[in-house]
Amino acid sequence: MKVSITVNGKKSEHDVEPRTLLVHYVRENLGLTGTNIGCDTSSCGACTVHLNGEAVKSCTILAAQADGCSVDTIEGLSKDGVMHPMQQAFMENHGLQCGYCTPGMVMAAIGLLNENPHPTEEDVRLGLEGNLCRCTGYHNIVKSVLAAAK
Amino acid sequence: MTMTDNRPNTVIGTRLLRREDPALLTGEGKFTNDLNIPGALHLAIKRSEHAHARIIKIDTTQAKALPGVVAVYTGAELQSLWAAPMPCAWPVTPDMKNPAHYPLAVSKVHYVGDGVAAVLATSETVSRDALDLIDVTYEVLPAVVDLEEALSDKVILHEDLGTNASYTWPLLIESTPGCVEEAFKNAAYTVKERYVQQRLLPMAMEPRAIAAVPQPFGGDVTMYSATQIPHILKVMAALTLGIPEHQLRIIAPSVGGGFGSKLDVYAEELLCLALSRKHNEPVRWVEERSENAHATIHGRGQIQHVELAADKDGKLTAVRFRIIADMGAYLQLVTPGVPLLGAFLYAGVYNLPQAYDFSCTGVFTSLTPTDAYRGAGRPEATYAIECGMDALARKMNIDPYELRKRNFIQKEQFPYTAFSGLTYDSGDHALAAEKATQMADYAGIRKQQKTQNVPGAAKRIGIGMASYFEMCGLAPSRVLASLNYGAGGWEAATVRVLPTAKVQVVTGTSPHGQGHETSWAMIASEKLGIPIEDIDVLHSDTAIAPLGMDTYGSRSLPVGGVAIAGACDKVIEKARLIAAHQLECAADDLEFANGLFSVKGSPDRSVPIAALAFAAFTAHNLPDGLEPNLEAQYTYDPPNFSWPFGTHVCIVEVDVETGKIEVLKYVAIDDCGNQINPLIVEGQVHGGVIQGLAQALFEEAVYDEDGNLKTTTLAEYLVPAASDVPSITTGHTITPSPTNQLGVKGIGEAGTIGAAPAVINAIIDALSGLGVTSMAMPASPQTVWRTIQSAKK
Repeated sequence: MKVSITVNGKKSEHDVEPRTLLVHYVRENLGLTGTNIGCDTSSCGACTVHLNGEAVKSCTILAAQADGCSVDTIEGLSKDGVMHPMQQAFMENHGLQCGYCTPGMVMAAIGLLNENPHPTEEDVRLGLEGNLCRCTGYHNIVKSVLAAAK
Repeated sequence: MTMTDNRPNTVIGTRLLRREDPALLTGEGKFTNDLNIPGALHLAIKRSEHAHARIIKIDTTQAKALPGVVAVYTGAELQSLWAAPMPCAWPVTPDMKNPAHYPLAVSKVHYVGDGVAAVLATSETVSRDALDLIDVTYEVLPAVVDLEEALSDKVILHEDLGTNASYTWPLLIESTPGCVEEAFKNAAYTVKERYVQQRLLPMAMEPRAIAAVPQPFGGDVTMYSATQIPHILKVMAALTLGIPEHQLRIIAPSVGGGFGSKLDVYAEELLCLALSRKHNEPVRWVEERSENAHATIHGRGQIQHVELAADKDGKLTAVRFRIIADMGAYLQLVTPGVPLLGAFLYAGVYNLPQAYDFSCTGVFTSLTPTDAYRGAGRPEATYAIECGMDALARKMNIDPYELRKRNFIQKEQFPYTAFSGLTYDSGDHALAAEKATQMADYAGIRKQQKTQNVPGAAKRIGIGMASYFEMCGLAPSRVLASLNYGAGGWEAATVRVLPTAKVQVVTGTSPHGQGHETSWAMIASEKLGIPIEDIDVLHSDTAIAPLGMDTYGSRSLPVGGVAIAGACDKVIEKARLIAAHQLECAADDLEFANGLFSVKGSPDRSVPIAALAFAAFTAHNLPDGLEPNLEAQYTYDPPNFSWPFGTHVCIVEVDVETGKIEVLKYVAIDDCGNQINPLIVEGQVHGGVIQGLAQALFEEAVYDEDGNLKTTTLAEYLVPAASDVPSITTGHTITPSPTNQLGVKGIGEAGTIGAAPAVINAIIDALSGLGVTSMAMPASPQTVWRTIQSAKK
């Protein structure tokens, strides 16, 4: 089937199998491999992207469901070689180690601040509970998000 | 890029931001499964759904007929491809039993997830679809899940071995024969406990992934793998496949966490290599998460019988430990040695006479093989002694901190020759404990308990501590030889000053989140006096960094980092000869500081090392006999282990009615000697603590009696989320290692080592007024509630 999705501001059109997940579309059809896959149960959040501006796990959405929608991935965040303030905050606060969960974590964190621009530490911890990280113990991720909110 | 002044001579010790981050934050970083490899065939593995069964028949006809399937192989059909069974590089005893282990099972399967057939297809989806079309007929045999039952040998898993016991490794150290027994007889106090280190799933966020790419001519193969050990893997793959080693190139691209689970030689790596050569096409494989739960190694899995003897003041007089360690179905790369990495640490940070009786029996079960998982043997050892010390304190009715103080090896005793003959190079346990207990307000919590932990209280508060010594930075090669470890403990580095005074640092370490590119550049910048921006760090590609022993066991900095410092020294010595030649003085008359050679007493006569690089390159005017170019290779074999230490303190509140634990505060004081980059050190501690805390509270690989893993996804296996865990209060003491020139010690595993006993001791402390004296891990609400109920009876 044919889908047409605007990804990072660019319109894309591809023929896909109906079972194609949005994450596979982004990675395989568009070659945008920044969005990672960490599980097969929608538990880890590594594949979080924005669908029409809202953070979603791209393994829970079929490419067909995103037809006609606008999708933003980690590759679309920096502008003119300058990282998004959330990316910058992760860097400044050592909010990443191996970096595998990071793109999803950053996209989820931006989604969190869109909904709640001035979160408490508890808000951040609860807001990110759908995104797993095995390296940082979350301490510096929480710090990064709180710093970005300032 | 820096938060503080970055003059080269002050770069070590600064909180420099990581140079790795921009690529990882923007999606530019390439993990193995991100690589675009045109024409690659996709490998999928048909896995056993039985824990123990004989393979009667495998019918691959239907799978082969599926459009897009290129080939289907059974284990028997691939047997001719292997020059040797899969490697176990640590035969811990001469009579260790090691079953033959091939990438695909041939006649019997030994755990759920054991591979029985391989599919190659033109797409990943087709390769997985084909698995359902393979029909395997099994004769199902009884599974062995329980360690003690396995030792009974009622069901023997590998018939040719005649027993399920792989080995027994004793370590009896007595000043006089029989003194351990004597000490227990004469003890004022004894403790006898049984602890279980549950099996854990490492769950690195990046599943394993592999791509083997044969070169069109000449027989060379490049394999990309999400591995911690490209160098060791190259040697082992060459031996196992019979491929000439020089035709193999292994590259570990960005690797998404390891924690020991990528410190192995896996069946899928060997299959990708062998099949890519057989078909002369690239072959790739990526693991699904549930496949990761089944087919990537597990951690821990021990039963520990712990006995302590103490005199009337609580001073330890003898200890005895009997360990049963779960090997799982087969011995992977270092499986049998993992419990023994803790064998010398069961007396912890305490003075102990030569009265140490340790023994470990490794036993096969019909479960996924175990192997190194963050801490590997040392968290288990620390848990045994630290929870044992709390049990002893309860018996004596004294404060566990007071008991520790009476037993600590004192600062002035270092370097300390332990009961085992090992030399602990440095330490100050009393200071670390004092700092940690002060930051946690230990005395205040004790006071609060008097008013809060009253009969009928719904919520009780507890404080627990754990002091640890970690034996890491593996290790002097000769010591490893005495332990029958199959490799050395050195690390290699090359420092190359390019003609334009830019620097390449080539390291044999292989990072997967630890920030080596940043820290290694800091070391080279400090040593050479060359700005950090001018230094690049190359790693994780055996063609670029041909020599290396990779990254595990908190070895990268105390071995690999020190190797870089050593290579810089050699570069400086060579540059000194060129400088002396140019300045027309004796080499000994030159001082080197901040990147500048200057004549002692005449500082105006000087030349920067950066300027010498071009002279070394043109070679127009070098001292007689000096080789052109400014480059040096150095291999460092450490003379001792690295001995980081510290004290962790945890404060919990336990809801007596629901069993729910809330961690109110967690303080980690760690001493890793001099810190290259405190930002990275803290990050390592945070992550390690949460992984250890997760063992204490959340995680367990649960099996049913038939050997089926019940926790196969991240929905069932509780890797904690941000909302499940507390912030960590970190602090440090600095006791530089006298063993190496940087004064550094490893820090990658410390958090994991301190956390589980600190958390469990805190929970028992909260509940001891209710008669609770032990707590199983993970201390889930259900387990805590049940323990309270049974203590009430």
